[in-house]
Parts: sequence; C-alpha cells; structure tokens
Amino acid sequence: MRAPEPAFFELRNVRCAFGGLVAVDDLSFALEQNSIVALIGPNGAGKSTVFNLITGIYRATSGTVSFGGRSLAKLGTHQIAALGIARTFQNIRLFAFMSALDNVMTGRHARMQASLADSLLHTPRQRREERRVRERARELLRFVGLERSAGDDAHNLSYGSQRRLEIARALASSPTLLLLDEPAAGMNPREKDDLIALVERIRASGVTIVLVEHDMKLVMGLCERVTVLDQGRKIAEGTPAHVRADPRVIEAYLGASDP
Amino acid sequence: MKGRKPVRALRLGLLAAVLLVVPFADHNNAHVDFLANAGAFVLLALGLNIVVGFAGLLDLGYAAFFAIGSYSYAIFASQQFGLHVPFWIMLFVAAAIAALFGILLGAPTLRLRGDYLAIVTLGFGEIVPQTFLNLAQYTNGPNGIGSLDQPSLFGRPFGFSATPYYYVVLGLIALGIVAARNLQHSRLGRAWMAIREDELAARHMGINATTAKLSAFALGAAFSGVAGVAYAAKLDLVSPDQFGFNVSVLILSMLVLGGMGNVAGVIVGSLVLSFVNSFLLPQASNIAHTAGFTYLDFTNYRFMLYGVILVGMMLLRPAGLLPSAKRRAELEAALTDPALAAHEQTEYEGAHAR
Repeated sequence: MRAPEPAFFELRNVRCAFGGLVAVDDLSFALEQNSIVALIGPNGAGKSTVFNLITGIYRATSGTVSFGGRSLAKLGTHQIAALGIARTFQNIRLFAFMSALDNVMTGRHARMQASLADSLLHTPRQRREERRVRERARELLRFVGLERSAGDDAHNLSYGSQRRLEIARALASSPTLLLLDEPAAGMNPREKDDLIALVERIRASGVTIVLVEHDMKLVMGLCERVTVLDQGRKIAEGTPAHVRADPRVIEAYLGASDP
Repeated sequence: MKGRKPVRALRLGLLAAVLLVVPFADHNNAHVDFLANAGAFVLLALGLNIVVGFAGLLDLGYAAFFAIGSYSYAIFASQQFGLHVPFWIMLFVAAAIAALFGILLGAPTLRLRGDYLAIVTLGFGEIVPQTFLNLAQYTNGPNGIGSLDQPSLFGRPFGFSATPYYYVVLGLIALGIVAARNLQHSRLGRAWMAIREDELAARHMGINATTAKLSAFALGAAFSGVAGVAYAAKLDLVSPDQFGFNVSVLILSMLVLGGMGNVAGVIVGSLVLSFVNSFLLPQASNIAHTAGFTYLDFTNYRFMLYGVILVGMMLLRPAGLLPSAKRRAELEAALTDPALAAHEQTEYEGAHAR
C-alpha cells in the first residue's frame, strides 16, 4: 500500500494564541492544487492571522502548517516565500518610493541568482539576469494593466492600481500558492469586475489562490469553496451556496436572533 | 537616451583629464595634499552611504571602521611588529578586516532600527578607539604608531610628496563609485531599498533581511578599511584621537549635506565639507590674524559651522545639495501627504515594537 499523496497545502489543528487571546483555534483545512478558495468571516475573525501564520510572521502555538507535505514550522518568512507562497496585504505594503517596475523586480528576488560579487561587479551573468527579470516584470505589469505606470513611484498610483501592483509583485516570484488579503477593498464596481477577471486569469495559469474578502459578490463569483471563520474558529465550510444558507454563518454575520 | 551617452562620456573624460593633471598644473603641494585627504573622506562617505543611504541603517560610529583600517596598516606595515606587508596588498587585507568587524557589529544589531541602532553604533564608535588607546603594549596607546612603511610602485617609493597618494586615492574613488553604482542597481541594491521601505514586505519577497543588512555593514566597512590604509600611509602615523565621534559625525554630515543615497551628491557633500574644514577655516583664521584679530581662530568654530550648515540645509534643501530623486519624493510626500506620513510613522513604531 502506498502512503497517501500529501495535500498540496494543509493546516491541521492550528492554534495561535497571544497570551490569553486566542486568535485562531483548532483550525484545519486543506487546499487542492489549482483551486480557488475564500476565507471569510466578520472583522476580527482571524483571517489575516491565518495568512500571517502561513507566511511565518506568526508561529502556530500548536498544530501544523504544511506545503507540499513539508512543514513550514521552522522556516523564516523569506524561505517560505522562496518555496512558492506569495501574498498581498490588507493594508497595502508596496515599496512606496520605488518605481512600479522596481517593485515587481524586487518581487522576483527569491528566484534570482546574482550573488554579492555579481551585484558588485555587474558580471555578464548578472546583466543577463537583470535584463530577463526586467522584461518579465514588464510583462507582469502588462498582465495587471499597469504597463503605462512602470516608471511611476508606487505611492503615486491610484488605490486600485496599487492593489493590482501588489498582485503583480506577488506573481513575480512565480508562486504556486497566492494569498490575496482583501484585494477588492476600496475598489469601485468596475475595478472589482476587472479584478475578478484578473484573478481568474491567474488561476488559469495554474496558481492556487486563497482569498480573504468581504465582498460577497466577488467571493461567490470566484470561489469554489468557502471557509468561514468566527472568533478564530471554523464555523462552516463548503460551496458558496451551501455556506450562504448556513444558519451559523448568518448568525455570525448578523448576530443571534432573540429566542 | 542614445544621444546622451556620448555627451556623458565626454563630460566624464574631461573631468578625469582635469583631475589627472591637477598635480602638474598646481605646484602647491599643500593643495594636492588637501585633495588627497579630501579624497580619503570621499571614500569614507561613499562607504557610509551604502549603510545609511542605501540600506537605511543609521550608523553613528562609522569612524570605528576607519580606525580599524588605519590600525591594520600600522600593525601589518611598520616596525611595530616587524611586519612589512606591501601597501597594495594591505588595501585588500584591511578591507577584509574592516568588513569582518562590520559583520561583528551588524550581527547583534539586526533587530534594531532607527534610534536604537544609532545608539549601539555610537557605542561601537567609542569602544574601538578606546581599545586601541588601552592596548598600549601593542599600539603605543595615546602616542599611536608611527614610521609606517612607505608604499612603493614598481620599486619606487612614494616619498613625502602628496602627489602619488593623490593618484592612489583618485583611483580608489573611481573604483568606489563604480562599485557603489553597481550595487545600487542590482539585486542586492533593490533588496536594501526594499528593506528600508518596508522590512516585513521585503521578507515576503524572499529577501533574507539578515544577510542583506550584514552585507551592507560589511561593504560599507570595507570602503573605510581601504580609506584607512591610504590615509594612514599618507599621514605616516595613526593614533586613537584621529577617529573620535566627531569624525563619524563629520562623515554623516557629508551625506546629509550632499544628498543621502545619491552617489554624486555624497561626493559633492564630502568635498564641500573637507574644503570648509581644511581650507576655508584655516585661511579665514590667517586673514583674521594678519588683520590683527589674533584671538580669532575660526577652526575652533568648526562644529558651530557644521551645525549652522545642517540647520540651513534642513530649512532650505532638506534632501541635500544633489538629492536622490527618491529621497526628495519621500520628504515631499511627508510634508504634503499627512496620511502617508502617518503610515510611515506606524511602520516605524511597528518596527520598534518587534
């Protein structure tokens, strides 16, 4: 008998506590490769904490986080990024005073080879790599519709453009798992439609996506499965339609009705 | 773009030609001597710019690496221990030794930023000269080490003219500029900038903040190791009092004056301050003396003048004489966009909390 294939990505019985505050409690979920999953829940449910647990900003108090069968427990954030997990941030964290192009090129850091000596001497190898990465960064800017803003500093871009630039920067590392933290926040309806198309194209290129989002239209339109958190616990999981009808979810969002 | 390249090459060629003929055109050895010393400080400023300007790590004890470079030459190339390592080899050795100490200082301070880092580096800057002072059996304490080996090229010793040193320093600066600019436009340079802007996001890009910061400390220190060797060989003497806190502040002032993060600005800033320091103030004092004001010695007002210059800069050109475009944008944004400034502030506090 063969051992079962390890899950593409899995959280198993993860608990994350800060002193007495339990931010995430006994959370388990697995992702299939190339799936697109939403993590929803009311404010303070622990959604962003889950992302921070995955990228190594926080450490699980107990339980395991594994990616391709490999535990992430002992890895630093930069090592986890190098494994192919990229993310965007709820409160945009671009390199504000670097150009859009440099932001995306920085996103490629983990996949670049140039050593300190290469950087110091600008060896032919280093020049070739820089050219290649710059070209790829331009492609990614085109992919998210920012090719005209390549030379602009990130902080000069509009809010919606900044969100898309964060996605381009995350894609620069050729991730296999992409974590999007409220990508539609602050976007107008048209930008949201563009975002949905963009996320679908990213997914079509073979990337697995986890989405934290408040916009239900976006979640219902994009995701096959939804996991609902409330106060750090998973209260429901399933297809969007199933989750939407779940009384516990309604209660978590709207409050319990009086008996 | 295409049309500008030859123009730029021409300008650079002209500048190089002028710099190369200076010692022939100007027979006043004092002038060449001044330029050679100023050149050593250009090297120091280029090095500190890597640490502070590129990587954003505030270092208030940078003179310590200058001391380490100078003492390396004094120990390995003098009668002190009977070691006579050639000058040209010592340039590399001292760069390596200083880089090693850069890593030693960097390693325990990796988690610190801003003012906390500044205080630790300040302490390091005080400890190093004190150590050289107190290891009297090796370093002759306050008397320092003298009679250092004279460098020689193709068997011809440099002698007591400043001219050969001028050319050496000029060559080192040229190499330093190429190195600094290469670093700035490279994978490592982008990593430094990213860390400076947002360390947490940088780590999510796969940037190893630890090695990136340590490389900044090491490379910055290597520059001052090289500068220390050239400076010590030219002066023929090292003593602990040459590397005090005022030297660290002087180099940092050169960066602030010229424009932190911009290689050209840093060079201009260091030349201006060297000129004020070693030329303008003594000349002004001479003039005052001959005019009968014998009690006036402007060199004593050096630090007051730095203070005036820096305050003036903050008011008139806060990003420096030749600011990097990025710095200027940052400062302008901070002044005109309170939301962004507030964001920077929380970043800063967040970094402290970690």
